[in-house]
Amino acid sequence: MSEAKRGARFELRGLTKQFKEKQVLKDINLTVNQGEFIAIVGRSGCGKSTLLRLIAGLESPSSGGIIWGDADGQIGKPGEHTRFLFQEHRLLPWKTVLDNVRIGAKNDRNRAAEVLEQVGLADRGAEWPSVLSGGQKQRVALARALASRPKLLLLDEPLGALDALTRIEMQQLIEWLWQEEGFTVILVTHDVSEAVTLADRVLLIEEGQIALDVRIELARQRERDNGFTYYENLVLQRVLGKPALSDISAAGRKVSYSI
Amino acid sequence: MSSTKAGNKIRRRALPLLLPIIILLLWQLLTGFELIDSNVMPMPIEVFKVLIETIRSGELLDNLGISALRAISGFLIGGGLGFVLGLLNGFWRVSEEVTDSTIQMIRNIPLFALIPLVIVWFGIGEEAKLFLVSAGVFFPIYLNTFHGIRSIDPGLVEMGRVYGLGRLSLYKNIILPGAMPSILIGVRYSLGIMWLTLIVAETVAAKSGIGYMAMNAREFMQLDVIILSVVIYALLGKLSDSLAKTLEKRLLRWNPNYVAR
Repeated sequence: MSEAKRGARFELRGLTKQFKEKQVLKDINLTVNQGEFIAIVGRSGCGKSTLLRLIAGLESPSSGGIIWGDADGQIGKPGEHTRFLFQEHRLLPWKTVLDNVRIGAKNDRNRAAEVLEQVGLADRGAEWPSVLSGGQKQRVALARALASRPKLLLLDEPLGALDALTRIEMQQLIEWLWQEEGFTVILVTHDVSEAVTLADRVLLIEEGQIALDVRIELARQRERDNGFTYYENLVLQRVLGKPALSDISAAGRKVSYSI
Repeated sequence: MSSTKAGNKIRRRALPLLLPIIILLLWQLLTGFELIDSNVMPMPIEVFKVLIETIRSGELLDNLGISALRAISGFLIGGGLGFVLGLLNGFWRVSEEVTDSTIQMIRNIPLFALIPLVIVWFGIGEEAKLFLVSAGVFFPIYLNTFHGIRSIDPGLVEMGRVYGLGRLSLYKNIILPGAMPSILIGVRYSLGIMWLTLIVAETVAAKSGIGYMAMNAREFMQLDVIILSVVIYALLGKLSDSLAKTLEKRLLRWNPNYVAR
């Protein structure tokens, strides 16, 4: 972490989001520290993606707001220092890999080539995205997101569509880049073990509220040891409802790794 | 390996020519042995002679030039308007609501039903031809531009916004290229309509142009000139189609569906 102060710090204060009748997020209060890696888990439709979109400024809150920076700054929108990685790669098919990355790099060719190298695709710059594999496309999207040296990286289940092995590779890549660059990360995922692998803090959102906020006190690179399983179970059991083991029958256990 | 590749290439070039050559031979045989009367169909060689004659006298090139000029200017006017209105309506809902249903109404009027009106308005001057060609070309380009913009993946546009692209940059990098496949379909279709409309217009109301040349030849029963004109129509049609294909190959290089095989 050469530039320890690069990550964004911000606070969510009383953040509420309502779509017509339905209240998606209720009074969310959260402080995100500089360079922190936070994972948000929860069932489909719990409001975790909406929370991410609010932080990105893609939606505006019904009430409450976000305070950026250390001091009592103004309630405002995130600036250029925020980058968003979508569930789909969203590369422009009519631009070469390098030109896609340049979109994030303010057209700076050298910077684009540099990040492309960081994600291990330096030699693919001249190709069209359509010839790349799913994992490679998502790596290009990651390079595009990192090209402007963001202070905050928002990840909306970007690994959900990848196969298991590619996913592990991507997780390691993200972790490495995060340690290297020192930005703040918020990762939305439905995969509890992914959250425990990567995050400093795991937040569970239930019915629009933060139901759980655990700090993962495990050394990196994390392995699936006892400590890992402890945290994984902690989150999962909360997700699946406290009535715990009696209700979680054999059938329930099958789905225990993803929500 | 490379020799078979070269062989493939030759075959690919030659194969499309096969059918026209067969037709030409058949034509020569049928007319040469007078199975078809020369009053019905002149021999290919006669048509060829007329071709040389009209080129020498300058008649052919003059008429061809005039027709081409009319076609291109009509295409630019009608296509340009269609493109701009397609862009406008693709983005701005108010504009769409105001204009679209009127456009759909006008679109369904058979273009050639307007010929009497056009003659009354413009006589047989250049305006008449320009009007008809522009009107014919307008609709395919408008519809396909509009549709192209509406069918852009909204996720890409959202990505552009999140990554801080300005309005102009958004158009240049995302919206136009995204709508391009559809726009080019419109261009290709309207190039066909362009010739069709022009030739009808020149046949009905003109004092020059290829259509006029054919119509004039009918007065004097110059069958060979008529056939020559028809062959020229076919070649012009092929020419604009190839042009459209080249455009597609160049502008849609990124799209695996259009990659040159």
